[in-house]
Amino acid sequence: MSSPSPSAYPDTPPPDKEPKRTGEWPLWEVFIRGQHGLSHRHVGSLHAPDAEMAIKNARDVYTRRNEGVSIWVVEAERVTASAPGDKEALYDPSNSKVYRHPTFFDIPDEVGHM
Amino acid sequence: MADNALFQFLLRMGDNTLVLGHRVSEWCGKAPVLEEDIALANTALDLIGQTQMWLGYAAELQGEAKTADDLAYLRDVWDFRNLLMLERPNLDFGHTMMRQYLFDAYHHLLLGKLAGSSDPRVAEIAAKSVKEAAYHLDRSGETVVALGDGTAESHRRMQDALDLLWPFAGEMFLADDVDDAMAAAGIAPELAALKAEWESSVRATLRDASLTVPDDDFAHKGGKTGRQHTEHLGHMLAQMQFLQRAYPGASW
Repeated sequence: MSSPSPSAYPDTPPPDKEPKRTGEWPLWEVFIRGQHGLSHRHVGSLHAPDAEMAIKNARDVYTRRNEGVSIWVVEAERVTASAPGDKEALYDPSNSKVYRHPTFFDIPDEVGHM
Repeated sequence: MADNALFQFLLRMGDNTLVLGHRVSEWCGKAPVLEEDIALANTALDLIGQTQMWLGYAAELQGEAKTADDLAYLRDVWDFRNLLMLERPNLDFGHTMMRQYLFDAYHHLLLGKLAGSSDPRVAEIAAKSVKEAAYHLDRSGETVVALGDGTAESHRRMQDALDLLWPFAGEMFLADDVDDAMAAAGIAPELAALKAEWESSVRATLRDASLTVPDDDFAHKGGKTGRQHTEHLGHMLAQMQFLQRAYPGASW
């Protein structure tokens, strides 16, 4: 913490700076496939020292109630995301083009998840 | 009932999971990181769930309309049949995980054999528990290697934990009349055969963890026979059993 004004106690030496936290485990994004036929879904994130431990932690944090058949983890810093500012350029042009959505077909119930 | 070998065997199985489950649950809310906290709480819950099955069967044998809860909450120290190693205080995280690993390696092996027990109830409980034990072993083994082969401090703590716990590990394989009777009836495996398998896998893991196994094979004993528990069990039970002792018969 830094103060804009000089210390009220100029004779007192400043406190030692807090040591920087190092060795923090990396953050992992967790994706779980709930059942066969569905795709993996992002469920949250967690910390772990490596990928194997991230899978184990994901099992404990996210699948205790029998939610999953498969787990993916990916280091959060490896995810490349679109910038919110690019929203218009990326998505607006398709707004008026409803024919691009495959919503004009009747899908039989027997097909299930698609 | 005290001289019934199957009853004693079931108490040993159930008291091991009950006492270790309670110890592990003491980490809830205090583990070094959130993810480990959740994992430890899950492990504790698995162990308490197994306790319900083992002590539930024991209580049925006992008759007298007893339940697993009676056995868990209304027995005193001298009636418990758990291994001494499991009643020891948690100390640091490294000690907790080393104890967990030494036990998991034994527990997983034992449950695997018990799944083929001549007693169908024992086989059924073991078959259900062995999957949980496999996961516990996977996790504790990996943690022991990661910490043993980690930083200078984590290595030192894991070596200290191993030196401290090794003299308690031998009790798992000390066979007595109960074990002999169980082996003769085909209910449980010979402990001597189990020991060789346990040692070869544990030594390999500890080598990966760059830890040195103590030479001395002295083994503290008295837990599984109930002859002499450590001073720690009484303190643990005082906490674990408080509610039922203070308000007998209290229920939700």
